[in-house]
Amino acid sequence: MSKDTLGIADYPLAEKRPELIEGHHGKRLADLTMDAVLTGSVSMEDLRITAKALRQQAEIARAAGRPTLADNFERSAELVAVPQEVIMRIYELLRPGRARNPEQLMAAAGELRNGHGALRMAAFVEEASAVYAKRGLFTRRY
Amino acid sequence: MTTPRALANRWKRFADWDERPLRLDKFAVEDARNGFAAFSSPNDPKPSIVIADGRVAKLDGVAAADFDMIDAFIARYHIDPALAPEAMAIPSSDYARMLVDMTVPRTTLTRLAHGLTPAKLAEVVTELSALEIAFAYSKMRARRTPGNQAHVTNAKDDPLQLAADAATAVAFGFDEIETTMRVSRNAWANALACCVGSSVGRMGTLFQCSSEEAEELRIGMAGFTSYAETVSVYGTEKTFIDGDDTPWSKAFLASAYASRGIKMRCTSGAGSELLMGFHEAKSLLYLEARCLCLQRGMGVQGTQNGGIDGAPLTCTLPGGMRELMAENLIAVWLDLECASGNDARATESEIRVGAKILPYLIAGSDLICSGFGSILKYDNSFNASLLNAEEMEDYLVLQRDFEADGGLTPVSETKVLELRKRAVEALGAVFDELGLMTPTEAMKDSVVAASGSDETESFTPRDAALISQAIQDKNITIVDVVKALATRGFQQEAENLLALVKLRVSGDYLQTSAVVRNDRVLSAVNDPNDYAGPGTGYRVGPERREQISNIRDVLDQHEVLRSERVHEAAEAARIRYRPLGEAKVAADPTDVVIGISPAFGIKLFRTLAGHALSDVLRALVGGIEGAGSAKARIIRMHHTADTSFLGLSAARLAGSGIGIGIQAKGTAIIHHKDRLPHNNLELFSNAPITRLEHYRRLGENAAAYARGELPEPVVVPYRGQANSRHHAQVALIYAIETGLTSEGAPPETVAIEFRETAS
Repeated sequence: MSKDTLGIADYPLAEKRPELIEGHHGKRLADLTMDAVLTGSVSMEDLRITAKALRQQAEIARAAGRPTLADNFERSAELVAVPQEVIMRIYELLRPGRARNPEQLMAAAGELRNGHGALRMAAFVEEASAVYAKRGLFTRRY
Repeated sequence: MTTPRALANRWKRFADWDERPLRLDKFAVEDARNGFAAFSSPNDPKPSIVIADGRVAKLDGVAAADFDMIDAFIARYHIDPALAPEAMAIPSSDYARMLVDMTVPRTTLTRLAHGLTPAKLAEVVTELSALEIAFAYSKMRARRTPGNQAHVTNAKDDPLQLAADAATAVAFGFDEIETTMRVSRNAWANALACCVGSSVGRMGTLFQCSSEEAEELRIGMAGFTSYAETVSVYGTEKTFIDGDDTPWSKAFLASAYASRGIKMRCTSGAGSELLMGFHEAKSLLYLEARCLCLQRGMGVQGTQNGGIDGAPLTCTLPGGMRELMAENLIAVWLDLECASGNDARATESEIRVGAKILPYLIAGSDLICSGFGSILKYDNSFNASLLNAEEMEDYLVLQRDFEADGGLTPVSETKVLELRKRAVEALGAVFDELGLMTPTEAMKDSVVAASGSDETESFTPRDAALISQAIQDKNITIVDVVKALATRGFQQEAENLLALVKLRVSGDYLQTSAVVRNDRVLSAVNDPNDYAGPGTGYRVGPERREQISNIRDVLDQHEVLRSERVHEAAEAARIRYRPLGEAKVAADPTDVVIGISPAFGIKLFRTLAGHALSDVLRALVGGIEGAGSAKARIIRMHHTADTSFLGLSAARLAGSGIGIGIQAKGTAIIHHKDRLPHNNLELFSNAPITRLEHYRRLGENAAAYARGELPEPVVVPYRGQANSRHHAQVALIYAIETGLTSEGAPPETVAIEFRETAS
């Protein structure tokens, strides 16, 4: 950990470290005003969380003694840029009996890794594939 | 020939008990082999761990090769292999003591929990009594400030009522509100309506719309919702699969929610595996410990546990309610935010409801109920909650009784009405502005006043379906709603919604136990529970105490006097009291004295039963003089207001030696001059149920005693009414009486003149 790692004193970021917050199109929190909404210069996209913010929250969670929460934030940071339909498709594939063989999950892992740079998520899906194979989850359920 | 005696075959008390709501509850025999055991089952594994090459090789007696997917996930993601040997080596009885030891910091225990297996966690909390669990829970819960969550739904999926009820829930102080639908395709209409309603009054109430997983995430992405909690996990593999998920799919979903900036907690709770048929003959607590380790492993910030849908089943078992508390304790020991159940109506007995909620109310919880039915029972689309709109004021009073912060604040009638109006106007304007559907004034008016959907003339479920579809077709997002509100003059509501959705950008409310209070995110990070004994941790401060105390219809002396003044004029028209100077002892053996109290007919004019004092005196005098054997003399006492001494003083002045003492509130006594002060002849101690006929008969009996007879004492029938109905008033009234007493002041004869016929 570098000495720039965020800690609990930096939390809430919006209050203590607003200069660190930046939306997808570079907007600052101070730019997200009612006037800006009314003139149409703020979109839903400007109100989304960023991968950077999730990694910052992961640092804070780790400093607060919550390593598994931090890991989840780091995995989720990889999903920020993944389109909704891809997320829902892979989620569906992870449900019992949806994938009929390990290769389908391995392909999804490949898509996450190569298409979206989601390395941790990809490893997570590969791990699921191994467990599902062992526990017989590749059987049709409906 | 003798007829055989008909012997009763049943003590009738059992028939009385049959009529109690309690008997609607059914109870189950403990039967571990069939999964009916709360705390322990012969099939529960003994706690153990083996670490090899930095990985878990054996977990609670199961070798890695034999792990089911739950074991595998817990071993991989929950257990910290570096810490586990040290943590597991500490005896369970030591942990049990540490949990209730205020000198052992919470963080010491939460750190060690990273190395504890499900069987170990279950074994430890099993050693604690219900009281110890509640205490440990208070110490171990993550966020210092307690909070609460509400259900906001209705039987018609009527958006206008949802908006009004959401605004109402916000006003009462709920930190989170949760909706769901009768008709699943109405999700978007429900979401938009609650979202607008929750922006009325103050900013920051988090909102969720419980629906199908993919749709819930889409609604969240459109900005309408800010959290989710219906991501269920289960303690056996087969149940998990029947729930149509795996630990990996649910953990993936958890990351997906965080990636969209949506706060999320999982749901689990005792009894779900039993209900779903795959319990592996293990105890409810052990299975729940597995669920909770799984959740910490997934990296979710919190859990909704404590029975939830399985709470009614759990409460059929011996120790069931204690088990629900124990599993909540494991949740907070694992450092998870805990929305601590208390939602499903686990009993028909109001006593069991009150008993169930009390430990949580006094211990505090991140969200005491998950949620509290803020709407009437029949409007609750999740099914009735433990506490509902019907019982809301009971809960507010419990807060006041125990000076405990249950997360709610009493709100005045005028304030609620104002907010409900504002909410339906705001939603009507948004619907109109966005071209969804325009409610009539009559629809809005019916919703503002309605206690529940039976009383509304508003949108139908079909209307809601059309609105819901239109919201999707038009791709409406929270940005459009904010614009519509601002355009139509609902500036504050627009600002409130924008401020809430802006919180997403920084992700601050994704941290453990986050809520929004006074425009700020408050979580276990910046508001950690730091309990370390009396004077530490969360305390109800003076300002909060004032809020909690401020329930409606509270009596004070000013209120009592104001109410008495209303009757003063009417009494003046009926009776006149004329003081005739100091009273003396009479020699006439037919003389019976009525000793009235200092404020009688001067400051106080009615008994607690509501009888005018003129009518009471008329009845007493009529009773004494009715048989023609005695004469009544009225004497006002100035030295005492106590019934016994009023009566005894009257008796000692009476020529017959018989006196009646009566206070303005109606408490009356017959006394004899030679008896001890508290050893009277007859007493009417229960003024609120004493009727005029009783006073008349009391007078008749006084005359009978004066004749030397022994009459049948007058018994005022009592049907078990609680003194709570009157005692505050009694004390206030009595203080008015005692305020007029003057030590040693002589008694005064009073001539009374009845000015008209009885009222």
